[in-house]
This record gives sequence, structure tokens and C-alpha cells, in this order.
Amino acid sequence: MTVAPTTEVSRLLREDFDNVLDAWFATQKREGVRRPDLFSDRESRRQLADLLRAFSEALVQIDLDAPVDIEAEAWSELRLALSEITLVRTERGVAPWEMTAFVLALKQPVFEMLQERLIGTPDELLRDAANFGRIVDAFAMHINEYFIAERDEIIERQRAEMMELSTPVVQLWERVLTIPLIGTLDSMRAQEVMENLLNAIVEHSAEVVIVDITGVRVVDTQVAQHLLRTAAAVRLMGAEAIISGISPKIAQTMVELGVDVGEVTTRPTIRAALDEAFRRVGFRIGRVEDNRV
Amino acid sequence: MSEAASIYTVDKVLLVAIRDNITDTDIINLQEDLSEKIVNESARGVVIDIAALEIVDTFVGRILAQLSSISRLLAAETYIVGMRPAVAMTLVELGMDLPGSKTALSLSHALRSLKAKGLA
Repeated sequence: MTVAPTTEVSRLLREDFDNVLDAWFATQKREGVRRPDLFSDRESRRQLADLLRAFSEALVQIDLDAPVDIEAEAWSELRLALSEITLVRTERGVAPWEMTAFVLALKQPVFEMLQERLIGTPDELLRDAANFGRIVDAFAMHINEYFIAERDEIIERQRAEMMELSTPVVQLWERVLTIPLIGTLDSMRAQEVMENLLNAIVEHSAEVVIVDITGVRVVDTQVAQHLLRTAAAVRLMGAEAIISGISPKIAQTMVELGVDVGEVTTRPTIRAALDEAFRRVGFRIGRVEDNRV
Repeated sequence: MSEAASIYTVDKVLLVAIRDNITDTDIINLQEDLSEKIVNESARGVVIDIAALEIVDTFVGRILAQLSSISRLLAAETYIVGMRPAVAMTLVELGMDLPGSKTALSLSHALRSLKAKGLA
């Protein structure tokens, strides 16, 4: 641990800790980011005190004139305190901008107090104020990073869940499977669909699989290509694919796009496809006469 | 006969089992053995079981297509059976979806189809 030359900022935070805390608190109140509806005064003050203590402890360890590196060891206490408080506050519904303003509110009171102390040495005042500003800004940005990382994680998790949910292979009948596709079919999902489907063919010894695209919003050349490749892979496995759910509109689009399905069987509805599937595996559904007996 | 592939006669059907460690030379030998055997035993059905095959490349893909084309020329209906999902995906990825070959889920499925046509 290197001890940097003591600056007026760190002296201020040490000697006038309570006053800085009060002023920070007051600024937050004035700027409307204190959220008294979510946190009691005591709770808010405790959070601020934790942050300020970590801040003042870190200040004596670093060289204020050097570039701010918030990943440095000296800042670890403050980083920890900050992420804990961010977590607590956001869990109760504090918005990201409020959290940033919450930290930035420290700047103004400290500037004012520094001005009082360093009124005789404008050079030192300017330097200390600028350095202090840089550090507070860096932490405000750190909070933003934290939010972005958090959100990215949620998006990634939901994408994975959606992927799993959106490719269920269902056994309709002995040796007949269906995979109802819903939403958009990009390359990644198409791969997932194919993998699930082929594995299910092995698992169920399926002979016919119905790929239903009723729920697919857009069929363009790429989606059509994915479907045909899936059908080709299904055939290689020794089963047959039926593409169902081709609406009149999609049929027209496909022809306009010049998509040739070749020998792949297609049906307009899943009902028609099931009918065809039954025929191929040798079943027939018939009406039971007088079924009320 | 090559060690990595064996040809058995079941009823009047030739069963070709391809093992995973098959080399390019083995495959070319197999092609010769198979065509001779079809003629000598006047077989009307051929089943190529590739369930053991875990890795395919364009060469194997091409040979599989050739094997079925040759058998077809010699009047034997040919089924490729037991393809693994990963192999099917690779072949499609390579653009080799064997358009001229018949496929079946397993040996018994292929035999049933051949019997239905009176070829086994």
C-alpha cells in the first residue's frame, strides 16, 4: 500500500465526515433522488455513510493526479459497497438514472466545502476539485456498467429459456412426431430445431415428422432454406418430413421467392398433415357409429 | 474383404455394415466387393448400415451416394439405414443429401420395405 501525499480532499473527508454526509444527503433530497418513499432516512444515511467511509479510506491510498482506475485494489471496498447498495436500491425500484444521480450528488457539496478551505490557493482548489470530480464520474459510470451487465445477463438467460421452450418435439401418435415452430426461425434456432428433431426421431423410432410452421411469422428464402435442410436431414435418418401450416399467403410468397420444395411433402394445415401421416404409418381414424351408447 | 466393413447375406438381401474406423482404401475395396457380390448372388436388395459411423466427410458422403447408384444399376434396391443425427446434419451442411438413395430408420425397417416389394 502506497501512501500518497495527503490532499485537501482526503483531509476534508476525514475531518468533516459528518458535515459532508449531511450535505450529500441534502443535495440528494433537493435533486429528488433520495426516494423517501422507498428508504427511511436512517437507512439512506447508513448507505451513504458506508459509501463515504469506503471513499475516504480509498482516497488516502491513491495518487489523486493519476488516471482513475476503479478496478484498482484501493477501490475494492468502495466497489463492493457500491454494488451492494445498487442492488438493494434497484430491487426496491430505483431507476438507473436515479442511482447515478445519487452518486453524482456528492460532487457539489464537496466542491463548496473545498472552496471554503482552499479559498487562498486557487490552483490547489482547482486541481483537487477536478480530481475529485473525475473519481466521482468514474463511479457513476461504473454504476451504469453494472446496470448494463445485469441487463445483458437477463437477456441472455431469457434467450436460452426461449430457445428451450420454443422447440418442443411432441409425439402425436406411434411413430409420428410433430414440432410446432413459433416466432422467428433464425439460423441458431433452425440448428436447435434440427438437432432436437433428429434426436427425437432416434428416441421414438419415428417414421413421419410434421414440421408445423403455422406460428412462424415470416417465411423468407432463408427460413425456407432452413426448413428444406431440416427435411433433407430427416430423410437421411430414414424418416419422412411433412411441412404443414403453409397458409395461402405463405404459399404465394414462397413461389414468388422462387423456393422449390422439391420432393418434400407439404400440407396447408396440421390436420391435413396428420391425415397424411396416419396413411403412411398405416393407421386410419374412423367415426364410431352410434357413439352415445 | 476389408476389415472395416463386412458384407453379410440375409435371405436374399446383402447387408453391409460399415464400422467407424473405415479408411478411404477400405471404402474403395468395399465398392468392388459389393458390386461383385450383388451380381454373383443375384441380390435384389442391399442395406447399408452406417449406425457405427460417427464422422463423415465429403468423400464418405460421395461413396455412400455411389454405392447406392451402383447397386441400383445392378437392379438391387438400396437402403442406407441407421444414420446418426450428427451425421445427417453434417451431410446436409455439406450439401450432400443423397437425393438418389433410399433411407430407413433401421435394418428391420429396410427389410420390411424390401419384403413388401417382394425383393427379400
